[in-house]
Amino acid sequence: MDITDLTACELIAQLEQRQLSSSEIVDAFLYRIKHLDSRLGAFLHVDEEQARRRAAEVDRRRQAGEKVGPLAGLPIAIKDNICTCDQKTTCASKILANFQPPFDATIVRRIREADGIIVGKTNLDEFGMGGSNELSAFGPVRNPWDPDRVPGGSSGGAAAALAAGMVPLSVGSDTGGSIRQPAALCGVTGLKPTYGRVSRFGLVAYASSLDQIGPLGRTAEDVALLLEVLAGHDPRDSTSVPGGVPPYRQLLNNRPEGIRLGLLVDQLGQGVDEEITQAISEAAKVFERLGMPVIEIGLPHHHLAVACYYIIATSEASSNLARYDGVHFGYRTDERAMEEELAQERRLWAEKGLAALPEEPDPPIVRLYRKSRAEGFGPEVKRRIMLGTYALSAGYYEAYYLQAAKVRRLIRADYDQAFSQVAALIGPVTPTPAFRLGEKIQDPLAMYLFDAFTVGANLAGICALALPCGQTRSGLPIGLQLQGPPFAEHVLLQLAYWFQKETDWHRRRPPLTALDRIAAGRGDTP
Amino acid sequence: MRSLAGSPWFGTARKRRGVVPQMSIAPEEVRKVALLARLLLSEDEVAEMATQLSRILAYMEVLRSVDTSQVEPMAHPLELVNVFRDDKVRPGLAREEALKNAPKHDGECYLVPAVLGPV
Repeated sequence: MDITDLTACELIAQLEQRQLSSSEIVDAFLYRIKHLDSRLGAFLHVDEEQARRRAAEVDRRRQAGEKVGPLAGLPIAIKDNICTCDQKTTCASKILANFQPPFDATIVRRIREADGIIVGKTNLDEFGMGGSNELSAFGPVRNPWDPDRVPGGSSGGAAAALAAGMVPLSVGSDTGGSIRQPAALCGVTGLKPTYGRVSRFGLVAYASSLDQIGPLGRTAEDVALLLEVLAGHDPRDSTSVPGGVPPYRQLLNNRPEGIRLGLLVDQLGQGVDEEITQAISEAAKVFERLGMPVIEIGLPHHHLAVACYYIIATSEASSNLARYDGVHFGYRTDERAMEEELAQERRLWAEKGLAALPEEPDPPIVRLYRKSRAEGFGPEVKRRIMLGTYALSAGYYEAYYLQAAKVRRLIRADYDQAFSQVAALIGPVTPTPAFRLGEKIQDPLAMYLFDAFTVGANLAGICALALPCGQTRSGLPIGLQLQGPPFAEHVLLQLAYWFQKETDWHRRRPPLTALDRIAAGRGDTP
Repeated sequence: MRSLAGSPWFGTARKRRGVVPQMSIAPEEVRKVALLARLLLSEDEVAEMATQLSRILAYMEVLRSVDTSQVEPMAHPLELVNVFRDDKVRPGLAREEALKNAPKHDGECYLVPAVLGPV
């Protein structure tokens, strides 16, 4: 038996029956990280020593008959835009390369209290801004199914680590598809909970009205296990919703019979790979076999979702990222070089004015901000800050931000209308499977359009889940998206759970040849 | 069902790719926005940003294709109002902790260059 092939729930069962110890489990996954990750790039930081120490501690407590938490002894990876007080939190940005948070995010605290073992922090597109994980300041993540392809993003490290068997559970964040899209491209299951379901305290903000933390696992059951720990009200996040948390894992046993599902036919066909259209149609038949009628349904304003999302998300980002100023924390430019440069500019300006420089030299503090940010942020982050600042600036606010906020309500109303007819929506996660590294990097708009099917759920604040539902002829995973009304996570998880009882796509692992190629890149074989 | 021929997901962008975007941003405007955003761009970056933002904003024009005169803007999915906590004194972040990630400090304050400019 290969320990790293087991699901989180299977591992828990083995731990409870004393068939395995947490130390054995942690060692097996750490071994895998060691042999694969220098080429895969899924982790930005791994704390082996602490993971082993905590595993031994959980084993000791279990041995002594003490009560242990629901995640006791399981290795878990955390996306590196979520604060951990004992490991750096970089957001894959040079500007936070050495940032050591003074506190734990609420979900990190909850995982620790549930006796989960945080083995490391996973790679992402800088500040969550990207859909391929090529936009990390510390190097791209590769897709375990084909190392020449992207794992998706921005939680690319979280999904790739799972797919490659380096952890049984991981935590990501989803602002416009950042959990679901990499889950789809890497063949794992990932949930974007309803806005307000999970505390965002300690999540580094990108777009505050859209950001949500969520679990990734290999199965719906694993995702339910982790969601139970993550979810719940937190007085430190006023947008987290008061009230209890349903027993998601237990609720999986209820088979959702007789409920109606809506197939998003507009998201199939033109502009979408034929193999994906085919796989989604097959998935719809699986639900019909399970006793759930599927009707065709549309979201009339959904073709506006990408434009709406990129105005709102970048506007919020331009405000949120104002905090990186080279003063309170993070990267600061070389002050002496800056002063010299400014002195020279001031001389030129005094002599020749506009003939020499395009604009008047800044006061030193302003130049410090500008230069620190220019050197600390990557090109996509700058592009989004620029776009958002433009959309909010005098003269453009009404045409862009306000208009997008109105369209947002229309998108939400489409969902409300749809959910008055069906319990959940089914459709694709992405228009194509994983693309090649470098394929879209020169074309920001093409990268944005790849988010067409995922951004709607964030704009509306509803819950949505991605799970594997097929493979292309070339062997790449295809993802199925389930979208449900606010706080219907239990319904989506039930649908995914019963779908996974009928199919085995979630059991497929990346081919050994691909993993061998990954390991070979490092010069040794596991 | 709505026709796929009109404005499907990717048709809009593809159609627009060929034409010169109506919405184009001049380099001076890029410089102005860069100052507002506290970013510093080289002249090459200004030119590149002008091209890219023009193209992205041309795509955003699709937002104007829908009549929103009767629609209230939606700023937030929950539309909460005034979530208050109890007004109780509780410990905050210790100064040492607050300063530990600062690039320059004197143990009490953050240090910055002259704020009022050259004297």
